Amino acid sequence: MKRRSLGELTAIIIAVLFVLLMLVVPLISVLTNALSKGLDFFVKAISTSHVISALGLTIGTMIVTVLITGVFGVAAAYCIGKFQFKGKSILTTLIDIPFTVSPVIAGLALIMTFGRMGWFHPYIEAINNYFNLDIRIVFAVPGVILATVFVTFPFIYREIIPVLFSQGKDEEEAAAMMGASGWTIFRRITFPAIKWPFLYGIILCSARALGEFGAVAAVSKARGQTFTLPLEIDALYMSGSENGAVSAFAVSSLLVGMALIMLVIRSIVEKKG
Amino acid sequence: MRFTALKKHTPIPGFGLTLGITISMVSIFVLIPLASVLYFGTTLSWMEFWHIITMPNVLYAFATSIGTSFIAALMNVIFGVLLAWVIVRYEFTGKSLINGLIEIPFALPTAVAGITLSKLYSDQGLIGAWLSQWGIHASYSHIGIVVALVFVGIPFVVRTVQPVLEDFDSTYEEAAYMLGSSTFDLYRRVIFPELKPAILTGFGLAFARGIGEYGSVIYISGNSLREHTQIVSYVIMQKLNYADYAGATAVAIVLLVISFLVMLTINAMHIHQSKRGGA
Repeated sequence: MKRRSLGELTAIIIAVLFVLLMLVVPLISVLTNALSKGLDFFVKAISTSHVISALGLTIGTMIVTVLITGVFGVAAAYCIGKFQFKGKSILTTLIDIPFTVSPVIAGLALIMTFGRMGWFHPYIEAINNYFNLDIRIVFAVPGVILATVFVTFPFIYREIIPVLFSQGKDEEEAAAMMGASGWTIFRRITFPAIKWPFLYGIILCSARALGEFGAVAAVSKARGQTFTLPLEIDALYMSGSENGAVSAFAVSSLLVGMALIMLVIRSIVEKKG
Repeated sequence: MRFTALKKHTPIPGFGLTLGITISMVSIFVLIPLASVLYFGTTLSWMEFWHIITMPNVLYAFATSIGTSFIAALMNVIFGVLLAWVIVRYEFTGKSLINGLIEIPFALPTAVAGITLSKLYSDQGLIGAWLSQWGIHASYSHIGIVVALVFVGIPFVVRTVQPVLEDFDSTYEEAAYMLGSSTFDLYRRVIFPELKPAILTGFGLAFARGIGEYGSVIYISGNSLREHTQIVSYVIMQKLNYADYAGATAVAIVLLVISFLVMLTINAMHIHQSKRGGA
């Protein structure tokens, strides 16, 4: 093995120290804080009715979000990857908007659309009066889902599109010439090519959906009903008590555990893909 | 991008259907809600708008957000390039582990990162106690905001620079070395110019992320008006909680404009870069 130069050694040491101090220590400190009052306290903290309701809503929201962004991702990637059309570059710019918008603004946007001030509110009222319903969007579960969809909207599309670009469209064109239907072409040619990036995108989107805070915080105010896990963590931490803070870390470790599982699955998928 | 017909002729079916789904969904889930903010903004008069966005707390918030995001993005560029360099160029035990650990900020939801960093960097925390020996109080100050933004921004820079370094053609480097250029000259004249577009893109991404960041910052910042540690997203959320929709909208529109300008700059650099690459 060759001898390292002084510069090389310094660079490696600084890089490793940076990763340890800035990234690993915070991750570990979530766990040590969570367990600082013992295992019994930990178990109690993560099994309160608020946490269980938040866990259910978080997972439900994640599933619906992935369904919506998944359908969008495949359709948009097919359309943009396989066809040339006017206004394509504008469309791709518009799809990327959620990446640049602050999550709090996403929440504000939903309030300004569906809330009391929003232009859509009279229509919801009309529907509710006519059918004798009580549909609410913001400050209710649909708002939580819409907020999460907004911030994760381009994730799956982004993962699929480079593969579709590099695949080209010769195979699809040949199949179409020989009379294959659109569905057959998609099922037999396009989908097998994008299978792994699609799965990869689903995992990325799920991990992000689990942890979204700012956008959901703007449109969800009822603890125990419309709170997701990140909001429950916020409520516990802001309660100001020592027990509240430790409980917040206990619930955090639950969330981090789920996210880490996602990342491990992701690295497996990455190797397969 | 070719502006020929509406659709260039191809026998592949499914154009109308997928375009319809794409446009409808992007409109329903993204464009219409955002347009509602802009629409509500137009109901404010210029005087009202100007009055809201020039209130001292709003101006301080913009100064804090832009300033801390800039410093954090700069630090991310320094450490991000170093990390990418070490991971691509050097061999050492635990390298693939270090590479994987770069993803930690993606695994820690922003609120979790926020409370953890706030605790770690407080005067009683592991790192904060050590820093306070030198009189540095990180939590509840601008330093704390920068720490949080460095945490959330570092993967953006590493993952932007890494692929460029991997594709880097080392023949130029060898040639320069053979021709007797000094190590410093080698970095300055050969390596840096090649990496510059990626570094600028990484800087832009980290900066854009910092400007809009909320969850990871609000716990460590302390949100004090007097200390100027409120960030723009916090001010918008505060106005929302007081049902001050006009105020929230006006501040949000300014923040949107700044974010779009940053993004446009990044895209312009990309186009410049790909043109150069295609030549």
